[in-house]
Formats: sequence, structure tokens, C-alpha cells
Amino acid sequence: MATAESHIYAPATHTTKKRSVVWDWMTTVDHKKIGILYGVTALFFFIVGGIEAMLIRIQLAKPDNAFLSPDVYNQLFTMHGTTMIFLVAMPISVALFNYIVPLQIGARDVAFPRLNALSYWVFLFGAIFMNFSFVLGAAPNGGWFGYAPLTSSQYGPGLNIDFWVLGLQALGAASIMGGVNFITTIIQLRAPGLRLMRLPLFTWMTLFTSFLIVTALPVFAVALFLVTFDRFWGTNFFVMQAGGDPMVWQHLFWMFGHPEVYILILPAFGIISEIIPTFSRKPLFGYAVMVYSGALIALISWGVWAHHMFASGMGPIADAFFTISTMIIAIPTGVKIFNWIATMWGGSIRFTTAMLYAVGMLITFTIGGVSGVMHATSPHDLQQTDTYFVVAHFHYVIVGGTILAVFAGLYFWFPKLTGRLMNERLGKLQFWIYFIGFNLTFMPQHWIGLLGMPRRIYTYSADLNLEALNMLSTAGVPIQGLGVILLAGNIIWSLKRGAIAGDNPWNAATLEWATTSPPADHNFNQIPTVHSREPLWVEAAQVRATTLGPIEPHMHMPPNSYWPIFTAVGIVATFILFMTNIWWMPLLGLAWTVIGTINWAYEPT
Amino acid sequence: MATAAIEQHHPAHPPTATGLDTWKVGFWVFMGSETLFFGSLISVYMVYKGTSVVGPFPSDVFDIPLTSISTFVLLMSSLAVVLALEFLRAGRRSLALFWTMVIIVLGATFLGFQAYEFTHFYHEGLTLGTNLFGSSFFVLTGFHGAHVTIGVIWLLMLWVDMFRGRLRPENSLRFEIAGLYWHFVDIVWIVIFTLIYLME
Amino acid sequence: MADPHAIHDQHGHAHAEGEHHPVGWKKYVVIGVILAIITGAEVAIFYIEALAPVLIPLLLALSAAKFILVVLYFMHLKMDHAIFGRVFWAPLFLAVLVVAGMVILFKVLPKYGVFS
Repeated sequence: MATAESHIYAPATHTTKKRSVVWDWMTTVDHKKIGILYGVTALFFFIVGGIEAMLIRIQLAKPDNAFLSPDVYNQLFTMHGTTMIFLVAMPISVALFNYIVPLQIGARDVAFPRLNALSYWVFLFGAIFMNFSFVLGAAPNGGWFGYAPLTSSQYGPGLNIDFWVLGLQALGAASIMGGVNFITTIIQLRAPGLRLMRLPLFTWMTLFTSFLIVTALPVFAVALFLVTFDRFWGTNFFVMQAGGDPMVWQHLFWMFGHPEVYILILPAFGIISEIIPTFSRKPLFGYAVMVYSGALIALISWGVWAHHMFASGMGPIADAFFTISTMIIAIPTGVKIFNWIATMWGGSIRFTTAMLYAVGMLITFTIGGVSGVMHATSPHDLQQTDTYFVVAHFHYVIVGGTILAVFAGLYFWFPKLTGRLMNERLGKLQFWIYFIGFNLTFMPQHWIGLLGMPRRIYTYSADLNLEALNMLSTAGVPIQGLGVILLAGNIIWSLKRGAIAGDNPWNAATLEWATTSPPADHNFNQIPTVHSREPLWVEAAQVRATTLGPIEPHMHMPPNSYWPIFTAVGIVATFILFMTNIWWMPLLGLAWTVIGTINWAYEPT
Repeated sequence: MATAAIEQHHPAHPPTATGLDTWKVGFWVFMGSETLFFGSLISVYMVYKGTSVVGPFPSDVFDIPLTSISTFVLLMSSLAVVLALEFLRAGRRSLALFWTMVIIVLGATFLGFQAYEFTHFYHEGLTLGTNLFGSSFFVLTGFHGAHVTIGVIWLLMLWVDMFRGRLRPENSLRFEIAGLYWHFVDIVWIVIFTLIYLME
Repeated sequence: MADPHAIHDQHGHAHAEGEHHPVGWKKYVVIGVILAIITGAEVAIFYIEALAPVLIPLLLALSAAKFILVVLYFMHLKMDHAIFGRVFWAPLFLAVLVVAGMVILFKVLPKYGVFS
């Protein structure tokens, strides 16, 4: 007898044999299933990264603590950053891109469904590969930013950095493939009448994020290749005796790294831009400005990278240039904050859990933004850089920005994915606990940093007199942990016992709410034609008559395929085989990839 | 079977928002991304230019006349692509086959020149690990050569498809996209030839 | 919706764009000849001592011309829908920025003083 859960996730193959369910998920090309795969994987790694953080904060609770050795500490803080950025924040955004964007644009799937699957499997195998390093006691230990020559064979002996450069190369490839996919999807597969300036903001932000992904990740790929070739093939890119320059790494890394943080935050802006209008029962204030500011942020994000390098001695001209450009990027960002507030102003506000998270995000993200503007001024930054002030800043924008927005999105879109609402009472309790815990951990870090505690150190002296503040910061961790446990509990409880949601429980405006919860495999019975930005507020009857009307007779859904997962093995193997230190071994992985690609190319769709 | 092969690259069966082919749009996006990849590699070469501590140095090993010929070969192969595509679309199968084979031969010739050049440099004492010139030169041109190799294999497979009648005017898009890839590899070389060889 | 005509329309549309110039292949040969001539000019300039002061700007201009000719004509960007150009030129602009930025940061700015 199918349980509520298997009813919701059962594939169209109409069998309940466990083997075919597993095979269906392994060969799926359905954007909704791939979105769920990304989301579940990302949430798992959120727990992993959270445990890493917990261990870090335990070590730092007291001065001269010996809970963790320096070497283990280095591995933990490196993997905490790497995990949270590459295995949590990015994939969770991709999970939402995957699930929501085709629905929002009235499409049946993404432009390249098999490529979509490939991206996921490469991501998963790369993530497993990187974390396998813990089993060998050799997790990456050069920081998430891997500065050369610390990452060279000379100063980073052992397998740690190998895992880092090779694993991230695979993950980067997966991201680029996804970026190409989403840009093409948004250009090509919009429903009739859905002009660009009618697109939901979440879809717009997906487009801008994807543009950043396809432009920034290749630079990172090159930087990683340089370190890889130095480590395995004896090149000299970062060998100081041969003239190698550590600044080359820094510039290439941050040329990627700064757009990367906008890759992390733009999806969050998109999520908030859907939730706030919905729960204010008002259209988004200044739609066009929100679109243009998003585009501006994406573009300018390419011009600010060296603000991460103010202490590297670039000279006054470079410092001045990047100070100015960094201040400029604060403007379109600030404009967005005002527009969200203006959306709420005069609206009929409902504080659902999703709305609580969204408004909470506005507050904490703004705090993070303010400390960011303080960093922009290079003289200021010389005091603040490499201290806990920076740590406070980026946790406020990434956790207080991206993660809170993601949680908001979870509460908002959970009914669409599962057909059930999450528990609101537990949700609100969980929100406050997490919100308080988060602020308790990271607010003191502004003071800790300005009072002189450096970052990236495994312990500190009692002479700094920062024990109380550090203890306070650590105290927030179990509170956050409780919040996360309650969130997990809410998800599990709601999957089985949540109230049935219906198509549009929030009375929201955009097309994903114009179909069943969860949607059928084919998303919409017929593709709607739209004439507005808020189809379900302006023309609901007309839209729903098509989306929920008679099923279109001859639609073609892309069939399952095992070539994506097959090819993913080849791609990740290519990088793993570098670690054999036999120069031709990676070619075997390439050969496997080629076999997969050719079969894929000739497969009927 | 043949119908499946003809239709198999049209995943977007409903009309698209732009009326354009989805594969073509996606491929141009991909090429945009690749400009960043090669741009970064080129920037590394440019930054490390003139900073090698030991030789051999570029002027010791570069053979401009030879590289000019290989550049010319690659440029002409781009012309061959355009001709092959026109003839394929016009249904003139033998000419399409001929010009496709020309692309492949010219591409393989270019790779031959590269192989000769790499071997020659190696015999002059320049390896990946000799100095910054060796590292940045071989990595940049190595990645480019790998892209050319992929292109040659891809075009060979398309030649076979053309020969077997599986590649026809109706589904010539597959060839057009391979052609775009080939042109892209050519324009990257145009930049490399100027910045790396001629501006030495 | 997914009837064969729709596919052919998509194809037909693309086909029509390519068929704008029915004797197009001759035009491409002309462009090929121009490319060969420019390459020859570049090599010649390389060897002419008198042009050494303007070598770099000249070479940059000539190779840019070749680049643009191949992209606009061989890759058909000039005749195709504007969207193809938009998704290509924007990243290319950033790529040029990367090269220019790195050269400026490492080769030009150090002349104006660095903090040590």
C-alpha cells in the first residue's frame, strides 16, 4: 500500500518495486526530480558543514584550547568553507532553479534535460570524492581560497590539496553545464506571451546568476589547473624560485571568487522577491528597477574582485579603483532593499514562516551589507582584513542572506513540491530559535575582529581578553543546531502529516502555482499564454483553464537515460586518476567520458 | 531508426520562444564561457612573459615562418567549414563530403605542425617544468590543441554520418554546430598567434 | 503542438536565414582570401624593422579584424538573430577585461609604485 510519501514521489512507471524506483531516480532527466536530488544532497552537506562549524567553535570557545590540533583545525575550517559554499549554498540554489524556473516560465523541462542530470551526478560524485579525504585523514587544509604557494607540493605535501583542486574542478564543470542549461532554458522555453519583462524575479535572478556562473567558473578552472599542473606535472606557475607569482593565483581566484559570492546571493534576492509580494498581497515595487539593479549587480561584480586583496600590496591606483567600484556596487543592492520594504509598505502582511524568514533576511543581510561597505574603503580594510570582522561580515550576508532566504523558499515552495504545507507553529518556533542562535554567534564576531583577533587561526592567547566574546559566539551554536534539528523535524513531519496544500495555498501570482501540487511529470496540461507579470492575480481563470484543463494530446517528454550518470563517472574519474601520479591515467577517464558522450549524442530523444 | 537519428537532436519539440534552435543558442552560450577559459590562460602567459629566470626563451625557439603556415592552414580549414556546410544544406552530398574531409585533413595538418613544434621545443630543452615560458606556453597551446583534436574527431564522426546518409539538409544543424566549434577554435588561435608569437 | 510541421518550421526558419545569399559560398571564399592576406601582412609587419614602434597596435588591430571577420561571417553572427551575439559578446567582453586587467595589474601599474 503506497504511503503518502511514496505516492508523492512515485515515478510514472507505475510499479512499486524498489529496484525500478532507484533506477528511475538514477536515470531521471526530470527537472523536478533533479531539483529534489540537489536539494536533499545540499541539505545533507549543510549538516556536515554545520558539524564542522560546531567543532571549530568548540575549539575557539576558550583561549589556548587543545580540543583540536592545528592540523585538524586547518582541515575543518577549510572544509567548512568549501562545503558550505560549493556543496550547500550553490547546489541549494540550483535545486530551486531546477524545480521552480521551468514551472515559472511555463515550460515542461529545461533546455537540455540530460545535461541537467549530468550536472547533478558530477556534483554528487565530486562531493563524495572531496569528503572521502576525511576517511584518509587528509582533508583539504589550505583554506577555501587555497592561496599559492601554500597549495604547492612543497608547502602542501600529501593528498589534502590534491583532493581540493581535483574535486573542485569537477564541481566547477558541473556548475558551468548548469549555467549554460539555465540561460538557454530562460531564453528558449518561455510560454507564449511571457516576454522578458514579465518574467518572475526569481527567474531573472537565475538568469543573472547563470551568466556569472558561465563567466566566473572558467577562470577558477584555469586557476585550479595551474595548481594541479604544478603539483602533478612539474610546471612552475607558483614556484617562487622560477619566478612564479602568488599574486597571479590571488587575482585569478578572486576574479572568480567575487562573482561567486554574487552567485550565492542573487538567487536569494530572487526568492525574497517572490515571497514578500505574496505575503504583502501587493506586486513587487519597482519591478523594472529590480531587474536592472540585478543586471547591474551581476555586471559590476566583475569589477570589484581585488577588494579581497587590499593587503596584498597592489599599489594605490589599484586600491583606489577597487574601493570605488566596490562602493558603487552597494547602490543597486541598496535600491533592492528599499524596493522590498516599499513592497511591504501599505500591503496586507501575513507573517507566515516564509515571510518571517524573508523579513529576517532583509535585516541580517543589510547588517552584512553595512559591514561590507566598511570593508570597501581600503584604509579601513587594512584594519579589518584577516580578522573576525570579515568572518562576521560574510556570515551575515551568506547565512543571514542566502541561508535565511533558502529557508524562506523552503517553507514557501514545500507545498508545491510535496502537496503538503509545513507546520507553521513549529516553523515559527524554529525560525526564532535559529535567528537568535545565528545572531548570537556572529554579532559578537564584529567586536572580536575589531578588537584584534585574526581569522584562520586554531587558537588565540588569553592576553587578547576575548574569551567572553568567543564563548558568547560559541553559545549560539547549539541554539542554531536546535533550530536546524527542528527544521529537519518539520520537514519529516510535514511530509507525512502536513495539511494538504492544494494548487496555490498562498494565493501567489506566478505560474508554478497554476498547476497541481506536486505537478504532474509534464508540469502543465497545456502550456498557458500569459499577458501579465502576475498571471494568477490578473488572469487566473484564463490561465488555469489551460494549465489544469484537458491534457495536450501529443506532447513529448524526454525519456530517462543512463548516459548522464555513466558519463559523470568518466568526468570525475578523469580528475581522481591524477592522484595515481601516472600521467596517462586521466586519459582513461577521458576515454570513458568520450564513450558516454558519443552514445549520448546518438541516443534518440 | 533513420528518423530517430534525424530528429534526435531536436529536444525542444514545441515551438521555442525565439523561434531559434535551442542547441544553437546553448552552443553560443558555451562558446561565450570558453572565451573566459582561454582568456584566463592567455592572461597568465602575458603576465609571465619575460619573467623566466632561465632559458630557453621564446626568441630562441619560435619559428615564425612555420607557425605562420600552420595559422594559414587553420584559417583555410575554417573556410572549408563554411563551404562544406553550404553544400550540405544545398543537398550536394559529394561536395559536402569532399570539403568536410578537407577540414579534417587541414585540422590534422595543424595538429601535425603543433606536434612538430612541441617536439622541436623539447629537443631545444623546453619542457613544462623548465621555466615559466615552458609552463605557460605548453599549457595554453596544449589546451588549444586538445580542443582541435576533439574537433577533428567530431568532424570525422560527422563525415561518417554524412557518408551513411544520416546527415542531410534537414538535420544539418548538427554540422553547423560542429562548424561553430571549429571556427571558435580558429579564432582562439588567431589571438594566440598574435599575442604569443608575433608580439614577442 | 509537436507536429512535424513545427519542427520543419524551426528548421525552415533557420534555413531561410542561411539562404539569404544563395551564392553565398563565393562570398566566403573572398573572406577567406582576405583572411589570408591579413595573415600575410601580419607576418610581413613582424619582419619590417621600420614598423617596430607601431608593431603592437598594428598587430592587435589586424588580428582583431580577422577575429571579427570569422565571427561575423564564417560563424554567421552578422546575419543571425541578435540573441546569439548577446550571449557571446558579453562574456567575450569580460574575457578581454581579464586579459587587460591582468596585464595592467602586473605590467603597467608596478611602474606607478606598489606598497612593499
